[in-house]
Amino acid sequence: MTAPTHASARSEGPGWVPQPGVSEPSVGMNVELDTGDMVLNLGPQHPATHGTLRLVIRLDGERVLTADPVIGYMHRGYEKLTEFRTYPQVTTLINRIDWLSSFANEVPFMDAAERLMGIEAPPRAQWIRTTLTELSRIATFLLFLGEMGLQVGALTPAFYGFRDREHVLNLIEAATGGRFHPNFNRIGGLKDDLPWGWIAETRATMKIVLDACDQFEDLVLGNEIFGARTRGIGIIPSDVGTAYGVSGSNLRASGVDWDLRRDARPYLAYPDLDFKVWTHPDGDSYSRYWVRLQETREAARMVLQCLEGMPAGPIMAKVPRIIKVPEGEVWVETENPLGQMAYYVVSKGATGPFRVKIRSASFSNVSILPWLLQGVFVPDVITILASLYFILGDIDR
Amino acid sequence: MADEATSTPDNATGDAPTGSERPEGSAEASSAVAAGDATEPGTTAEPIEAEAPPEPNPVHDELLALLKSAGFNGDAILETADAHGGLVVRVANAQWRRAAEVAKEHLACDYLSFISGIDWQPAPREGDEAGGDTSSPVQPTEMTFGAAGSAGRFQVFAHVQSTSKKWGLTFKSDVDDADPRVESWVPVYSGADWHERECWEMYGFTFDGHPGLRHLYLPFEFEGHPLRKDYPLLARVVKPWPGLVDVEPMPGEPDTDAPSEAATEAET
Repeated sequence: MTAPTHASARSEGPGWVPQPGVSEPSVGMNVELDTGDMVLNLGPQHPATHGTLRLVIRLDGERVLTADPVIGYMHRGYEKLTEFRTYPQVTTLINRIDWLSSFANEVPFMDAAERLMGIEAPPRAQWIRTTLTELSRIATFLLFLGEMGLQVGALTPAFYGFRDREHVLNLIEAATGGRFHPNFNRIGGLKDDLPWGWIAETRATMKIVLDACDQFEDLVLGNEIFGARTRGIGIIPSDVGTAYGVSGSNLRASGVDWDLRRDARPYLAYPDLDFKVWTHPDGDSYSRYWVRLQETREAARMVLQCLEGMPAGPIMAKVPRIIKVPEGEVWVETENPLGQMAYYVVSKGATGPFRVKIRSASFSNVSILPWLLQGVFVPDVITILASLYFILGDIDR
Repeated sequence: MADEATSTPDNATGDAPTGSERPEGSAEASSAVAAGDATEPGTTAEPIEAEAPPEPNPVHDELLALLKSAGFNGDAILETADAHGGLVVRVANAQWRRAAEVAKEHLACDYLSFISGIDWQPAPREGDEAGGDTSSPVQPTEMTFGAAGSAGRFQVFAHVQSTSKKWGLTFKSDVDDADPRVESWVPVYSGADWHERECWEMYGFTFDGHPGLRHLYLPFEFEGHPLRKDYPLLARVVKPWPGLVDVEPMPGEPDTDAPSEAATEAET
């Protein structure tokens, strides 16, 4: 005979009667639920992704089995586009790679073109570039310091972060004319000199920034819940980090004492500045926050040093009207807020580059995610994404 | 100009290896720069151009000596060059993975910066002949090769660095035109995964031993290799550069400028 289903057994007859040789059909009351292999799609639109990053996560209950980042939603093909642009036109493109610190993106490309052409920006231009690069770093990191709190459930720091960043963006706007995309660098120097009163204003703003750092230290790092959410979460061992090409604060938070401002070929005014490279041995999300907080402070101090030591003089070297870059190739790397930003520029003597390899920091920083997210819990995925701090334009280029 | 300081890998010790002088590659590279003299190692003391630093770079010498002491010389290294202060080492295609292993173990280069490709073939000139877009910078029409030369059209290149020694170098390797293929670096540097996927879709290079070559940036059904020079920039093909619209014929003049007409149409 066929075993009646649960529904029919209840509606049609007197119910299940035990019979020899026939087992009662299960209706699934006290059974162990199968938790394996649920696919969770995170993104492409998610607040923690700063753009359009998609993560295909395979879960076992709350635990991540595998995570596969899907990128390319914002791929604009900059490496191809540079081959159809002149050198000055390329600046507009590279402004939009890491859009939170656009000024810092311009510097290595200008440096590459200048090295190929055998010209050097005058000292005052170098110092102003250093100042604005560090201001970009402060603006980027202040956003992070607030945003990271938001991602782990603390709403207040985000408002402080945005508020304090606005002061710095106002400075960048006053000097360059653009809050986000200054397009201020020229091959051989800068578009303009600093406006009157800018130095005094900057000095006052750095005080605000240093105070803000103290506030974040008390408010976020001193918070027990923040510590519980971030300590020991997303640990990147130093050897794994370097093999994946993780750079910048993320790598320094894993104890690797490597800062291109100090360790690369000397560029800008960094050899003349006195600054400390902060590292943290733990390599977890907490230490990434801690390192960035210290680096924000350090950057504010460097800006103050730049204002003290700013030399007088011209801001543009002698550059021909039509820029032709001699044949050759050069690798230029700088320490950008997100990590190692570098260009490998190949020139064939034309007005535009023949090949530009754009090495952006976030691309490599995010490529560690499949390794890093294995075995973590779902809420920690968000913590780890926030603590790695990437910009989608910097991944997709 | 990147080739003035061309030296063999054994510059430091003066022991001339076999195969370090590639007449073909050197000749092409020299003709390209019109100044490079890839002759004997150690005889390049006379600078042709003032901006090229004639003095040997001690870091480069140390790196090359380390490569040699690791047994990575002779046939493995085809040519080396100093590209504006950066060491470029061109290795044989079959030695590509070993280059990474040697760099990681003997040069302390624990950090992989990037892996990518170069297509040395000049892009087809669309400007003059096709009457279309003339706004792009005009590149030379003959195929020339950059620092350390190349045997053919395609090269794969990568930059590795040391976080402890603070140095770095660029590896290059030629890949075949018809069947571009090279060994994967994933077993050595885990981060090579994404870089090689990008290079595979952009240039069509196959990386042997890669765990899964699939599209990274582009849609899964995408065909073609966009960063190859013969792949057109479609945006410029379907619509001329907007700057061309500025060149409009004056009223009364005969309109002979076909591109500007096309541009005006595309604009409206």
